[in-house]
Amino acid sequence: MSRLSQKHLLGIKDITREDIELIFETADNFKDVINRPIKKVPSLRDVTIANIFFENSTRTRLSFELAEKRLSADVVNFSASTSSVKKGETLLDTVNNILAMKVDMVVMRHASPGAPHFLANHISANIVNAGDGTHEHPTQGLLDTYSIREKLGTVSGKKVAIIGDILHSRVALSNIFALQKLGAKIMVCGPPTLLPKFISKLGVQVELDVRKALEWCDVANVLRIQLERQQIKYFPSLREYSLYYGINKKMLDSLKKEIVLMHPGPINRGVELSSDAADSQHSVIPDQVENGVAVRMAVLYLLAEVAA
Amino acid sequence: MQKKLILDSHLLEITISRLCQELIENHGDFEDTVLLGMQPRGIYPAELIHLKLEKSTKKKIQLGYLDATFHRDDFRRREIAKANETRVPFSLENKKVVLIDDVLFTGRTVRAALDAMISFGRPSKVELLVIIDRKYNRDLPIAADYVGKTVNTLASQKVLVEWEQQGKPNKIWLINKD
Repeated sequence: MSRLSQKHLLGIKDITREDIELIFETADNFKDVINRPIKKVPSLRDVTIANIFFENSTRTRLSFELAEKRLSADVVNFSASTSSVKKGETLLDTVNNILAMKVDMVVMRHASPGAPHFLANHISANIVNAGDGTHEHPTQGLLDTYSIREKLGTVSGKKVAIIGDILHSRVALSNIFALQKLGAKIMVCGPPTLLPKFISKLGVQVELDVRKALEWCDVANVLRIQLERQQIKYFPSLREYSLYYGINKKMLDSLKKEIVLMHPGPINRGVELSSDAADSQHSVIPDQVENGVAVRMAVLYLLAEVAA
Repeated sequence: MQKKLILDSHLLEITISRLCQELIENHGDFEDTVLLGMQPRGIYPAELIHLKLEKSTKKKIQLGYLDATFHRDDFRRREIAKANETRVPFSLENKKVVLIDDVLFTGRTVRAALDAMISFGRPSKVELLVIIDRKYNRDLPIAADYVGKTVNTLASQKVLVEWEQQGKPNKIWLINKD
């Protein structure tokens, strides 16, 4: 079968292993497309996509917009800060008004977990979740997993440590689901206050010592401290966090092994990652960004196919 | 389901040799000519022709694989197959391109391939080689320059091509679907 099992991409939790493999195979072909002199294919020329961002974003939004344009879709952009949402319009009214203008797909980022699921129950367009609060960020989970597959050849059996602010991270959850579906072993590492209480119930290992996590893993996916989501203090100071959980090049080199260093961005240089580590030969951060466009092209292409 | 043999492996061998001769007649030493096999099923005859041409001209001839899935005009209108690898590790700018496919039917795949090809440069000339030309079934004004065998078929019939690269003897069948 060459079709996705779902009409929407709301979270990795809802899709199957076969779906993920189909997305990756399709992304391989799109990665080839975006490295040609002419980086565009006409597949979605009859599709209109609205990018609705209720939360700030640079990478994800740019990446989606590029992916859409390289598939020849018509694109409309919407950001909550400059819209009638400020005047008190509800989410459903806002989206329905956009759909009345004949939009086929909606890419949405929202601060509330479950917002895209709510929309999926009320409107007919395909929905791609571009991050819903602290819940899921499925395309990031896919592109991280895709980057691991590209770098190491396979995901199955690889050891991946997710390090940092797990509690507020939608990237962590989507990564855990995607990696587990493809058979990777997962460890989360961070200060106990930033680890969700029942995280081990997901079948992941928990480690509090970052050095031990690095020694264990093949891939370290380092997450940002999400200060904007932290209502209370979870650790004494950024300096102290950096001292205990920050990763630098010296530390990586002292492991005396191949390690793949990832970060979904934006990086707080000097906090979770030092500059020399982020720019070191271990880092695949620029590849993640490139793969992001190819993976999002694959997701949009395959969802458009299901919708027709 | 009735199956009728159109070309057996012996006849197919002769046909491919003749197509190679025709190509040599028009392209000489293949200085500016490249071969493009169309994914997924045109790559097998393309490989056979490439091998034969290199043998008889004793020249290195460039061969690429082109997938036109993302350029099809029936995406979202009917189920289409999964995309395959495109491998064109050379520029098509000012080259003579010979597109190779197994069966020419509606002409829509060829239209998509012409579109897909432009991403790799502007060829000076494009020619089409097919092993089987299904006459009277064209949706578009497209014709092949080199034809292995022309067959009169109904739209409801199917042409099945088996290649030895897929682990079967080279054979071409006409199938009546009931």
